[in-house]
Amino acid sequence: MDSVLSIRGLRTQFITPERTVRAVDGVTYELAAGKTLAVVGESGSGKSVHALSILGLLPMPPAKIVAGEILFQGKDLLKMPPGEMRKIRGNRIAMIFQEPMTSLNPVMRIGDQIAESIILHQKKTPAEARAKAIDLLKKVGIPHPEERVDDFPHQFSGGMRQRAMIAIALACEPDVLIADEPTTALDVTIQAQILELMKDLQREYKMAIVLITHNIGVVAEMADDVVVMYAGRPVENAPVGELFKNPKHPYTKGLLASVPSIYERKDRLEAIPGQPPDLTGGIVGCPFAPRCPSVMDRCRTEDPPQFLLPGDRMSNCWLVEGEASGRSHRFDAPDKAEKVS
Amino acid sequence: MSGKPILEVRGLKKHFGARKGMFGEKTTVKAVDGVSFSVMPNESFAVVGESGCGKTTLGKLVLALEKPTEGQVFFDGVDMATMSGSALRKLRREMQVIFQDPYSSLNPRMTVEDIITEPWVIHGMHKDPAERAKKLAKLLEDCGIARTYLPRHPHEFSGGQRQRVGIARALALDPRLVVADEPVSALDVSIQAQILNLLKDLQKERNLAYLFISHDFSVVRHLCTKIAVMYLGRVVETADSETLFNDPQHPYTEALLSAVPVPDPSVEKRRKRILLTGDVPSPLKPPPGCRFHPRCRYLRDSCRVNDQALLEAKPDHFAACEVLPFKEKSSAAALVSL
Repeated sequence: MDSVLSIRGLRTQFITPERTVRAVDGVTYELAAGKTLAVVGESGSGKSVHALSILGLLPMPPAKIVAGEILFQGKDLLKMPPGEMRKIRGNRIAMIFQEPMTSLNPVMRIGDQIAESIILHQKKTPAEARAKAIDLLKKVGIPHPEERVDDFPHQFSGGMRQRAMIAIALACEPDVLIADEPTTALDVTIQAQILELMKDLQREYKMAIVLITHNIGVVAEMADDVVVMYAGRPVENAPVGELFKNPKHPYTKGLLASVPSIYERKDRLEAIPGQPPDLTGGIVGCPFAPRCPSVMDRCRTEDPPQFLLPGDRMSNCWLVEGEASGRSHRFDAPDKAEKVS
Repeated sequence: MSGKPILEVRGLKKHFGARKGMFGEKTTVKAVDGVSFSVMPNESFAVVGESGCGKTTLGKLVLALEKPTEGQVFFDGVDMATMSGSALRKLRREMQVIFQDPYSSLNPRMTVEDIITEPWVIHGMHKDPAERAKKLAKLLEDCGIARTYLPRHPHEFSGGQRQRVGIARALALDPRLVVADEPVSALDVSIQAQILNLLKDLQKERNLAYLFISHDFSVVRHLCTKIAVMYLGRVVETADSETLFNDPQHPYTEALLSAVPVPDPSVEKRRKRILLTGDVPSPLKPPPGCRFHPRCRYLRDSCRVNDQALLEAKPDHFAACEVLPFKEKSSAAALVSL
């Protein structure tokens, strides 16, 4: 596979004198040009921290990337000097956030916020950048862009703000767009508009998208490939159709069964009993074991590796050991010393 | 029992005064603008709509936490506006509320036991320690709360567990009507399923009626038997849940249903979606005529002037539209039922 972005065994931790939180624990995936990869998980599963790790946006300390590689077009972003990283961030890899009101600058005109990265990365004059900002606003579907370019964020509605944020992200025609819950704060009719817009723009710019979401419906609509995260780990990687048709990991099965659908009325939803684990303590064995319906004795003591499966799939579960063709990077990470504290 | 509604709302309006800007002219926000419906005992009735449609204000009006500008709320046949303070207080035992955010709706300084039993203190009930202990044990068991939680504080719990505490508090007085304002939207899906199942079980066991306020059609379909869809302060469509999902009669409902992503990629690839253009207009300045007309794909000239009231489009199925119910149904219905 021809990957623009490949992540191998990424482990990010938050380290304070009192405790260590293993927020991301061995994320591995490949993202091909022009494709959409959805990273799905519930709150606290490490999906946002993984995104911030890619762009080097985490406060360090307390955050620390203790292991892994993030290869962007073959180069490891984690080994890159800060100056070079700045040329990639917001330029080749751009990001849009969940809450458009808090991530836009409230005292800066929309047009200036779009022009900022054009001037910085593409060395354009302010006038050229402004013309491009108007173009971009038109492209993301803002009516009367010539006038709205001078508006402030509070003059925009929630949906328009998210469109403006997409315009900022697209300003330099990035190769990879990381979208962290881009529609979670929006109403469904507006969500449908924004998702449609993202698909159109992806086709036009041939961007790869990392879509971070907790909404299984959005995954089904947008993704080519999916990574399901639980307790900081990628418990299952699979192409979207296969994942829904034939989920391998008990957590994926539970997650899919617990989602109510507008197409059918189930008498009972199949809830996953219990709560996600606390990531501060050392987890012994599989983190999903206490909630798992198929738990075996070894799950409570032995941490399952990431098994490689036929059809570009992976699953982090002892149940698939028999059909696995190998094991993946997660355990190549050279920090055995503090595996279980 | 089935003949008489436990809750009836007639022509309910709530207008708030507002100003445009700090010194601007005075205007009114018509948050709720002429809403009527009734909820039967043991029924789960959903009010669905997007942000700003007035659904939360409606919930507050029903609970008499806000005074209506116009219209009446009848609980068990009695107009709540005519009630004295003490009668209203007694009535509150019968109607309780579950809030959206289990983080801000529980007092952080109180223990779980104090939170759950506070309603008994307020209403002077179950003073006998033995009776009280028995009642509490039953309540904890019903709501899935471990006894060991009782001396602990809300911050020690996750969202799902806190919501269980909120539910136990609401049920402490054995109400007949529970107003649930987005009770699961702050929760993760696997936890959301636990709470939805719990609400369903409790309803069966305790013969509750729910007024369930939500923006999420998937959740509503799972839990509720009747639905009212709101848009800009009005109910635009109301029907049995199954009827509404299979054969929507208002263009807004139709678009809303088609906008909900379905958790199945093979369905997502096949289905066509009705994309609404534009945003929800500001409730400060609702459009003239039909409020939905600027975004409607069935727009006729008359829609710009006629403010259509609810019509009985099909038996027991009401919609505020003069076009869609009279159209040959081809694509629209098929799109939703698939």
